[in-house]
Amino acid sequence: MSAILEVQNVIKQYGDYTALNNVSLTIPKGSIYGLLGPNGAGKTSLIRIINQITIPDSGTVLFDGEVLKPEHVSAIGYLPEERGLYKTMKVGEQCLYLAQLKGLSQQEAKKQLKYWFEKFEIESWWDKKIQELSKGMAQKIQFVVTVLHQPKLLILDEPFSGFDPVNANLIKDEIIELNKKGTSVIFSTHRMESVEEMCDHIALIHKSNKLIEGKLNDVKRQYRSNSFQVGILTNNVEGLMYQLTQKFTVGQTNFKSLNEDLKLEVQLGNHNSNELLSILTEFGQVTHFVEKIPSVNDIFIQTVSQ
Amino acid sequence: MSKLTLIIKREFIAKVRNKSFIVMTFLSPLLFVGMAVLIGFLASMNKDSVTQIAIHDEAGYLKNDFKSDKHTQYVDLSEMPFAIAKDTAGKNYKGLLFIPKVAALPELDGKVEYISDDSPSMEFITNVERVINAKITKENLDVLGFDTEKIEKAKAKTSLKLSKFSGEESLKGLNEIKVAIGGFMGYMIMMFIIIYGNFVMRSVIEEKTNRIIEIIISSVKPFQLMMGKIIGNSLAGILQFMIWAVVGALLFFIASSFFGLQMGASSAVSPEMMEQAQQAAGLSKVQLYINEILNLPLTLMLVSFVIFFIGGYFLYSSLYAAIGAAVDSETDSQQFLLPIIMPLMLAVYIGFFTVINDPHGTVATVFSIIPFTSPIVMLMRIPFLDSSHYWQLIVSIILLFATFAFVVWFASKIYRVGILMYGKKPTWKELYKWMKY
Repeated sequence: MSAILEVQNVIKQYGDYTALNNVSLTIPKGSIYGLLGPNGAGKTSLIRIINQITIPDSGTVLFDGEVLKPEHVSAIGYLPEERGLYKTMKVGEQCLYLAQLKGLSQQEAKKQLKYWFEKFEIESWWDKKIQELSKGMAQKIQFVVTVLHQPKLLILDEPFSGFDPVNANLIKDEIIELNKKGTSVIFSTHRMESVEEMCDHIALIHKSNKLIEGKLNDVKRQYRSNSFQVGILTNNVEGLMYQLTQKFTVGQTNFKSLNEDLKLEVQLGNHNSNELLSILTEFGQVTHFVEKIPSVNDIFIQTVSQ
Repeated sequence: MSKLTLIIKREFIAKVRNKSFIVMTFLSPLLFVGMAVLIGFLASMNKDSVTQIAIHDEAGYLKNDFKSDKHTQYVDLSEMPFAIAKDTAGKNYKGLLFIPKVAALPELDGKVEYISDDSPSMEFITNVERVINAKITKENLDVLGFDTEKIEKAKAKTSLKLSKFSGEESLKGLNEIKVAIGGFMGYMIMMFIIIYGNFVMRSVIEEKTNRIIEIIISSVKPFQLMMGKIIGNSLAGILQFMIWAVVGALLFFIASSFFGLQMGASSAVSPEMMEQAQQAAGLSKVQLYINEILNLPLTLMLVSFVIFFIGGYFLYSSLYAAIGAAVDSETDSQQFLLPIIMPLMLAVYIGFFTVINDPHGTVATVFSIIPFTSPIVMLMRIPFLDSSHYWQLIVSIILLFATFAFVVWFASKIYRVGILMYGKKPTWKELYKWMKY
């Protein structure tokens, strides 16, 4: 799979402050790529470089194999975190203007707008001014403007902020649909559950450095502790514990369960899960047996607080 | 359509559709005319009022020398005792002119007193002093045995005749006309820069506070956006000026044809009288003035106006754009605006105080070449320029446009960084740091 975007050794400094310290990323074509990091990590600086709003002090960015150049803006759709529209301008005119700035002809822009306005059932907003719309409605318009010119790469910075759950879901479905049609997506957010749900690749930037990058599952595998959460109904707790501690490291844990069972977390070490299971079955009825998979949230917090 | 054209178009339409723009375009000329009428009316009201001044002349030296006219009426209270006259004057008149009795008229020098609670106008004081001086001088001359009539006859009353080397007669007051024309052009440029520079700044701030700026500059270069703004707003301004010019010309045409008709009607009654009246009123001189104005380098003036207008406006409005980008709200902009307004004010003062006295003096010449003041000062000088000064004009234009290029580059650097900075008011030091980003 080739890359839609390659960031190579990018350094960006503002005065004495280093915003990006030798950051390299590869964003595969057709992926939904989660760009994670705490506030002030350098995500926005990186996104602005990709959008050619600022230029890096050193390093290169390749878009679809070519060094980034002004023509590429028409192939990128960018929804910034700090976003807004001209308050006194009419919705339709504003969308046309922004679409034309992205390089669409007026006819093409009108055609695309018609499609999206019908899809979102917002045709009646065409002659309204933005100041007459609610915040959520304005956000919808912004999303339409971002995807209108059928970009190859979508960069979404906190796309769900300002949306109610219904509209957030609507936007999420649109993003997934666009992705299925071949659009690559860079997704910068603090909402880990949406990362977990949507992203197939992630990168974590912290204090201007890239700390983690890869396929979501690979990253998770890398962070897995090789431990299991088990639940068992047994009368012989002491015997079980004796048997288990012979081979494994055992600790108390907690998970939701409807039974009055014994809840344990077992570190496998260099043994395999079947050995654990066979011991357990000797002592009673196993009610719970799950590998402990680290969530993106866990990985995030663990990495950042290191 | 190129992106720059798109931006210019949007800025222009946004400006022109704005209600305040429409209101200002049609209201300003009315306001202007209204103000002129009001000032005229107030002035005439002042003239119509009659000031009554009492005179208490103990010995009757001067009371007949103060002649009442339309504006001042002298009331003789010499018959009353001084205390009563003073009392009466205090109640009923604006003031009391007290002329004491002295041994001989020349001793009156310095003894005449004007009693009033209002401070009299300079004109009144000069007038009273002139009358007293004339009387005393005449008395002194009489005492010394001079024949005052002969002296009066011997006095020369010359009036300097002005002409050019080409032999044409030139007119007094032409200097003032030139200054008025130059001053008007310079003043227009200053007003335009301040008003439309502010529009550019507000437009930049609006994009910042709307948070649309990042969406836009992910499509276009900040420099394009800035130039689009400056050009779009200036086009709106030029449209406004053109509307005013057309409306003004129309009004002028209507007014002149109206008065022309009246004149024609009266001349139909008695053509000979008209001719006499014209000569008496010195209408031929008016013709001469009009000719003189037409003889001014009108083409040069017009072309220079356009050049300096564009250069000056672009120079300053790019600074306005940079300031708009640096701040979050208009209230924060004050500290940065002062250094912009200062050279403009300086230019206007220099124009009015030095160009009028000495259009080619050192001060006027230097400031007409320095780029930040040249659009105003040089325009005021242009009606006076002849071919020996053209090199200054050319140097001035070259410097102006070179500075313009530099300032736009400088402003676009601040603009580029500033539009993405939120939350705090930058200091001068930070602006300097932005240059290096």
